[in-house]
Amino acid sequence: MRNFSYQRPESNHAAVRAREGRSTMFLAGGTTLLDLMKLDVMRPEQVIDVNRLPLDKVKKTADGRLEIGALVSNTALAQHPEVKTHYPVLSQALLSGASTSLRNKATTGGNVMQRVRCHYFRDGVSPCNKREPGSGCSAINGMNRSVHAVLGTSDQCIAAHPSDMCVAMAAIGATVLVNGPSGSREIDFLDFHQLPGETPYNEHALRPGELITHVVLDAPADGARSTYLKLRDRASYQFALASSGVIVAVQDNRIQHARIAMGGVGTKPWRAANAEQSLLGQPPGREVFSRAADIAFENARPYAHNAFKIPLGKQAVIRSLITATS
Amino acid sequence: MSESNQRYIGQARPRIDGPKKLSGEARYAADHHLPDMTYAYGVFSTIASGRINDIDTSAAEAMPGVIDIFHHDRFPSLHRSPDNFANGTKVDEPRLPFEDDRIYYAGQFVAMVVAESFEQARAAAYEVQVSYRPDTPITRLEEALEQHKPTPDEGSRHERGNPDSAWKKAPQRIEAVYNTAMETHNPMEMHASTAAWDGQSGRLVLYESTQGVVFTRNTIARMFGLLQDKVEVKAPFIGSGFGGKLFVWPHAVAACAATRSLGRPVQLMVPRAQMFTTTGHRPATRQTLKLATDADGRLQAVIHDSVNSTSMLADVPELCGRCTKSLYACDNLRVSHATVPMNCGTPTAMRAPGAAPGLFALESAMDEMAEAVGMDPVAFRLRNYTERDGSQDLPFSSIHLKQALEEGARRFGWEKRTAKPGSMRDGDEILGWGVAACNWEALKVDAKAQVTLQADDRVLVSCATQDIGTGTYTVIAQGAAEALGVPIESIDVELGDSRYIYGPLSGGSWVTASILPAVAQAARAAVEELKGYAIARGGPFESRKKDDLSFENGALGVKGGEMLSVAEILQARRLANAVGEASTSGELGKAYSYRSFGAHFVEVRWDPGISRLRVSHVLSAIDVGKVVNPRTAANQVEGAVAMGLGMALFEHTEFDQASGLPVNNDYAEYLVPSHADFPDMEVMFLHYPDYNFTSEGARGVGEIGTTGLAGAVANAIYHATGKRIRDIPIRLEQLMVDDLAATG
Repeated sequence: MRNFSYQRPESNHAAVRAREGRSTMFLAGGTTLLDLMKLDVMRPEQVIDVNRLPLDKVKKTADGRLEIGALVSNTALAQHPEVKTHYPVLSQALLSGASTSLRNKATTGGNVMQRVRCHYFRDGVSPCNKREPGSGCSAINGMNRSVHAVLGTSDQCIAAHPSDMCVAMAAIGATVLVNGPSGSREIDFLDFHQLPGETPYNEHALRPGELITHVVLDAPADGARSTYLKLRDRASYQFALASSGVIVAVQDNRIQHARIAMGGVGTKPWRAANAEQSLLGQPPGREVFSRAADIAFENARPYAHNAFKIPLGKQAVIRSLITATS
Repeated sequence: MSESNQRYIGQARPRIDGPKKLSGEARYAADHHLPDMTYAYGVFSTIASGRINDIDTSAAEAMPGVIDIFHHDRFPSLHRSPDNFANGTKVDEPRLPFEDDRIYYAGQFVAMVVAESFEQARAAAYEVQVSYRPDTPITRLEEALEQHKPTPDEGSRHERGNPDSAWKKAPQRIEAVYNTAMETHNPMEMHASTAAWDGQSGRLVLYESTQGVVFTRNTIARMFGLLQDKVEVKAPFIGSGFGGKLFVWPHAVAACAATRSLGRPVQLMVPRAQMFTTTGHRPATRQTLKLATDADGRLQAVIHDSVNSTSMLADVPELCGRCTKSLYACDNLRVSHATVPMNCGTPTAMRAPGAAPGLFALESAMDEMAEAVGMDPVAFRLRNYTERDGSQDLPFSSIHLKQALEEGARRFGWEKRTAKPGSMRDGDEILGWGVAACNWEALKVDAKAQVTLQADDRVLVSCATQDIGTGTYTVIAQGAAEALGVPIESIDVELGDSRYIYGPLSGGSWVTASILPAVAQAARAAVEELKGYAIARGGPFESRKKDDLSFENGALGVKGGEMLSVAEILQARRLANAVGEASTSGELGKAYSYRSFGAHFVEVRWDPGISRLRVSHVLSAIDVGKVVNPRTAANQVEGAVAMGLGMALFEHTEFDQASGLPVNNDYAEYLVPSHADFPDMEVMFLHYPDYNFTSEGARGVGEIGTTGLAGAVANAIYHATGKRIRDIPIRLEQLMVDDLAATG
C-alpha cells in the first residue's frame, strides 16, 4: 500500500466535490479496494471514504420498486424482509457469496464495482490489459480454469465478473443511480458493466468522479418464483464456477415470464435474453429448459481449462429453472 | 501403572491452553513488539529461473522510514547449516538467503527492506527495482520428467522376492499410474520471525513460529557462528505448521542477520503469497503401481515406484512407498523413490509425508485389484492382512487393522453397499461408498523433561518441545497429574523455549510417545528430591528413610501416618522447590515393527444433474494404541481428515507455465475444505494400548488420519460414478467427461 490522501465527507455532494482530479477511489466496505491496494495493484492517490454518507437505507418507492442505498451491507440486504419475500433470488445470491464477515463489510455499491479475480490481474507483474493497457492477456493462454469466462470474452481479456449479487440484479432488472460533478443520472443495470472488447480497462459506465448512490430494483414480477443456484468446487467461500439466477412465472402450465442471468461464466453479469424468449408460452419441463440452456450458451467460447463451464453453466440454468417451477 | 486406576491418562480433557488462545493472551511470533523495533518486508523474485541483473534501491532508500535494504550485494557473510538431523541442524533448503544473484524459483527473496514501520517497509519494498536475466522455468512435474533423468533415492528403496517376474506370472494383475498435485501447508499463522540481537552480550533472541525451538536454535547458532547458549528461540504458541515449520527457512535467517547488522530488533512476516513459494510444500508425485494376485485374491506381487518434484537446491524424496512395503502380506515387493528438480521452492514434510500421497495410490490400486478379482474391497484387504512387517521380517508390536476394517464396516453399515458403481441413489444424488486403510510409523525420539514441585503446591513441567496446536500442553499436564496423583488444575506447563530442558521437534506424531515417559520419570525424580529434603536434618520426617515414605495424592508421608503437602515440606525447609529431571531414549526394542493402523469409510454424494460432488460421511476407525486424551486426539483425526479431503478434492498449488509464477497463492483461490465441506464425521478409537512400544502404550495420532483418506474418497467416487480418477485433486470436470463430450 502506498501513501494516499484520505477524506471522510458527510454528504453526497461533498463526496463528489472532494475529488481533486488525481486518481481517486471511493472507499465503502473496502473488501476489494483495500485488498488490491495492499497487493499494490490499485494505487489511488486519493481515497474518499463514503461510509458516513446517508446511503444505508432500503425503501420501497411509490411505483413498487425497491431502492437500495449504496452503503447497505450484503448481510443487511440479504436479510431484508422485502428482499427475502419478493426477491428471493437476490437474497440467495448474496448469501452464497464470500463469507459472513465479508458480507458484513461489503456494500451494495461496492459489490456492483467488484473487480475481477483473475490472478494475472492481481499478481501485479504478469501482462494484463486491464491493469496495464496494451501489455497483453496472460490468461488466454495461461491458467484459466476457475475465474475466467466463456461468454463475452475478447482477445484482450477473459476475466469473469465475480459478483453473485449482480447476477440476481441482472435477472430482476434494476437501475443504478449515480451522482457526479455534473449532477445525478440513471444507468440501466444491464448497461452498467462493460464488455472487455478492445478496452478491458473500461469496466463500467461511470464517468470520472461519479458515485453510485442507489440501486433500484424493478418491481417484482406478478406470480413469479425465483431462485439462485451457485456451482463451485467447495461448498462455501468460492467464486462461482457457474451460477444461475432465474425468475419464472407460470400460468395454466405455460411460462408467462422468464428471466435468466448467469454468473461465473461471463465477463459481466450475464443476462440470457434469447434463452428467456425461448421459454415464453412453453410448458415448463426439462426439454424446454434444456433448449433454453443451449441458447444461453450458444455463443460461448471455451479456453484451455474452462470448457467444462459450458455444460456446467447449462446444468445450473436447467436445475434452477426446475427448482423455480416445481 | 494399572490402567483402570488412571485418573488422567485416557480421559477426555479440554485444552489447558484454551483460555489463553480464546482470550488473546497467547502471543504468537509476530505478536511481540519489542522496544525500538524495526519491520522488514521482502522483495520477492518475479521470475522463476535466471539471474538478477541489477537491483536499484535508490527510490526505495529515499522513502520515509527506510533504515536499510539488504540484497545479495549487501548482506552479512553467514555460514551454511551442517544440515544434520542428528545434531538438530537440519534444514530443507541449504542455500542461505541472498547468497548470490541466482534465481531458482518465483517468490525467492531477492531483497529485504527494513523500516520503522511495517507499512513503510512494504511501501518501500514495492519501490525496489530489480531487473532480471530470465531463463525458461520448469514448474510442472511432467515437464521436469521430460527434461531431467530422475535421481533415485537408494536409501529408501526396498525389494524382496522377485516382484517383476511374480507380477508377470500372476493370473490377475493391474498396472496404473497415479499423480498427486503439489500442495501447500496453509497454517492460519503465517511464518514470522521477531529477532533481537543484543550486541553487548552477543546474544540473539528469536521469537519464531516453529515446530522446533531446539532445531532452530542449533541451526541459527551454526549459521551465525555463535555458541548455542547465545541463541534463545521461543515459540510458546504456534498457529500450526503441518510440517512446514519443522526447519529453518530463509526468512528467519534474514531477520536474524538484519537485527545483528542494525542492532535493533527486526520483525519479518512472510506474506501469505510467499507461504506458497519460500517455506516448503508437499511435492507433486507420479506413482506407478503394479499389483498381482492369485485366483483367490492373495497378493503375489506389489511394485510401487514413485518420483516426486524437488527444487533446484535440494533432493527431498517423498517416500510414497513407506507404508506399501509392510501394510499387506506379499513376498514379492518393491518400493522405490526418485526426485526430479524444477523451479519451485524446496519441498518438505507435510502432514503424513510420503504416506498421504503413497496410500492414495496404493489404496486406489487395492480397490482396482479387488474389482479385478471380483472381491469386496473390505474382504480383499482382510484377505491380505498380515501381522508381520514383511520389510523387516518382524511382528508388529500391536496391530488391529482387522478390527478397524471389520468394526468400522459394521458401524458404517458396509453390508448395505451394493457393489455396482452408480447403484446406490438418494433422490437426485448417487451415493458412493469407499474404504481405505491408513497407516503410519509409530515413532519415538529422545526427550527430556523437568518437573518442579513448588512451595505454593503448584507443579511446573517444562521442556523445550512445542504445542503446535495438537494438545501437547494438555497431555503433558495429564501425564504429570497422573504420575504425581495431583489434580490437573495444579499443573502448569511451559513449552516452546530453547532455554528449557531439551525437548523434541514437534513432528512425526512422536511427541506424546516420546515425552510422557520423560515427564513421568521427572515427576518421580522430583518426589525423590522432596523425600531427601523431608528426611534431612530439620525436615519433617528427619528420622525416616526415603523408602519409608510414599507420595500419594500430592502429599508425602509414612503409610498410614501423617501426610504432609509439598508446600508444608518445602516451607519447613525454607526451600523454593524440589526439581526432578529425566532423560528418556528414543530407542525402540528390536523385536517388533512399530506402526499405527486404521481404516476410513467414506460416503460421497454425486449429483450428476449439476455435477456436484460432496463428501457426506466419514467414519475413521483408528488404532493408535492407548489414547491419552480422546478429546484432543479425535480433534487431530478430524483435522487430518479435513486435510485428506483437501488433498483428494481441492488442494493444488499451480503455476503459470510460461512465467513460472504461482497463480493461486491466496486463501480465495487455493482451496481447502470449508466448514460447509466437512462431513458428518465419526472417529472410532480402537483403544488397544501398545505396551511393546512404551510404558504408556500410546503411539501418537497427529498424522495417521490424513493417510488413506484421499484413496477412500477416490474409491467412493468410483463407486458413485464408475469413473476411476487417478489424478488428485479430483475436480468436477474429470467427472463431467460425458457432458463435455456432448458439448463437443
